[in-house]
Amino acid sequence: MDFFVLMLAIPLVSGALLTIVGERDWAPNLNVVASLGTFLAAVGLTGEIVANGPRFAFGEQFFIDSLNVFFVALTAFVGLTTSIFSGPYMKIERDRGRLTKPRLRLYKSMYQLFMFTMLAALTTNNLGILWVAMEAATLTTVLLVSLYRTPASLEAAWKYFILCGVGIAQALFGTVLLYFAAERVLGATGNALLWTHLVDVKSQLEPTIMALSFIFLLVGYGTKVGLAPLHNWLPDAHAEGPTPVSAVLSGLLLNVALYAILRCKVLADGALPEGYAGNLMIGFGLFTLLVAAFFLSRQKDVKRMFAYSSIEHMGLITFAFGMGGPVANFAGLLHMTMHSLTKSAIFFAVGHATQKTETQLMENIRGLIKINPLIGWGLMLGTLAILGMPPFGVFASEFMILTHAMKHYPWATPILLLALGVAFASIFGKVQAMVFGETTARRLPHAPAIMPVFLHLGIVLMLGLYIPPYLTRWFHEASRMLG
Amino acid sequence: MTPSIPLSAQLINLFAAVILLLAFAMLAQRRMHSLVNLFALQGLALCLATLVAAVTTGQVHLYFSAGLTLLLKVVALPWILYRLVRQLNIKGDVEALINIPTTMLVGIGLVMVAFNVALPISELSHTITRGTLGIALAVIMLAFLMMITRQKAISQVVGFLSMENGLFLAATSATYGMPMVVELGIALDVLVGMIILGVFFFQIRDQFDSLDIRHMEKLKDS
Repeated sequence: MDFFVLMLAIPLVSGALLTIVGERDWAPNLNVVASLGTFLAAVGLTGEIVANGPRFAFGEQFFIDSLNVFFVALTAFVGLTTSIFSGPYMKIERDRGRLTKPRLRLYKSMYQLFMFTMLAALTTNNLGILWVAMEAATLTTVLLVSLYRTPASLEAAWKYFILCGVGIAQALFGTVLLYFAAERVLGATGNALLWTHLVDVKSQLEPTIMALSFIFLLVGYGTKVGLAPLHNWLPDAHAEGPTPVSAVLSGLLLNVALYAILRCKVLADGALPEGYAGNLMIGFGLFTLLVAAFFLSRQKDVKRMFAYSSIEHMGLITFAFGMGGPVANFAGLLHMTMHSLTKSAIFFAVGHATQKTETQLMENIRGLIKINPLIGWGLMLGTLAILGMPPFGVFASEFMILTHAMKHYPWATPILLLALGVAFASIFGKVQAMVFGETTARRLPHAPAIMPVFLHLGIVLMLGLYIPPYLTRWFHEASRMLG
Repeated sequence: MTPSIPLSAQLINLFAAVILLLAFAMLAQRRMHSLVNLFALQGLALCLATLVAAVTTGQVHLYFSAGLTLLLKVVALPWILYRLVRQLNIKGDVEALINIPTTMLVGIGLVMVAFNVALPISELSHTITRGTLGIALAVIMLAFLMMITRQKAISQVVGFLSMENGLFLAATSATYGMPMVVELGIALDVLVGMIILGVFFFQIRDQFDSLDIRHMEKLKDS
């Protein structure tokens, strides 16, 4: 059977299945097995694309090339490790009485449906369906953010729904305008929203419409990326939802939203004068980076702090893609991969740490390394990695972004260095205090899932030291496509 | 002298104007029940505008689009909203943050902005409905204003749905509607979103004993 069909069918079917059998004892295993199946199908699909080049599926409605297959592989991988992590995590939450069986059923089934919407958004060729899938991704996660039903989590979920709903409505208006521009060239057929058709005629699209359309698309999908000043939902949703949800929101959803912007940018670049779309992204990126860096220092809640760190990195990546060109695009893609892997590893470690101390307030989390050295070191190494310390991969991508900025946008360098410096100072001190010193943590009956943390960090470390040539080739091809 | 405008275009402009008027009426309406009524009426006007466009241009998918609007925005969503209002026992007036005359004045300003933004684009359009693009943008902005100024969670949702109406009007006016598969997808999202919100409202009410979002302003960066 076709790998692509399998990859979309497994999460969809298992999501539906889990709504029925989600309360059985073996349901968490089904969740992991389904994620494993999705991952294997994604690996198969990747192999196929690497060997045979881009392909269509379901007529021309789906299109997989080297750019999105790379995100597909990453999404399926983080989806798998998060499902492994969430097994023991959710067991402990249930023992603590924070979650009931029906809510765990909801969690598992929505988790699979969320994976489905992410993968559909990544592989669709139709920019309208891309919008539909992004909105569906919001819908599947709203009830996950409010899973604990605490006042704070309900507030967070409400903010998430309304802000992302309004944001994504802007993106729909942008899509309408894009269709309007496309229809003048391609005619009012169903093909006028297909990206592969649009990219052939991108230089003929009406610039007046495309300029407005890109602004709406950038602001709309940018809300989901967490670009300032529309980032307010993100720290709340990350801090108040269960930790596996924080991990996939940070590691996957933000990437997929950014991917949507990238696809639209390729079209806008073709139609508009050089640098229009890029400069907008540079502006948004730098502003986001600065805002996030300065909010970082004021955080008291550990998950909130790392949520702001995600915003910061998204700003940096948006800036990199805004600069454009093969080098900056390569750095942007690499940084997206690194951030995704590192941040989800950090959330895994933080999740277990907050369970052991029963608080998310950093001042009450102390001495993790005494009670569980692996979690302590996982958090410490993950933090060092995300702060851009060599030899981790984040260093490589940040270094590339910085040197490229120095060469082409020298005025931006002080801003970048300032933001990265402030972020380093605020995060490092707090994490150090949490990891070392007298402990406030206690042992729990279920062993935490350590494997995903170190698997992610291991890959990040490896990619920092050595990027295999086939991966380099793949990144190069993808960044060339972005122009 | 401007050339005479065909009847169909006049009709569409009329319905678009009705949609805009209803957007203002929603902005001014304090009672929850009447707000849902106005929303249903707005859906009906949108449906009729799409229908006129369908009859004039003979585009088959516009008929589907009109039917979809009728089912979703005039029947299904208002029905869900009425049920929610009844079951959640939302009584009394909708509280607004800013008093209504001020809101209306801000709204008028927004309409002017919207028309100016839409002007260069509607000149490029060749559809008979192009004049309504400015109106569509104005409806979107008024709905946005309503979401900002209202205190009750459910009236924010009505604002959100009204924004969706504006977006559909924009799609119809600029391009005779989006491709069928996209419109179906959007409709599905709106419906599922509404059902999830219904569930969500009960969670909020159980937790806060009210649907007033003033209770939900605790999460801040101190």
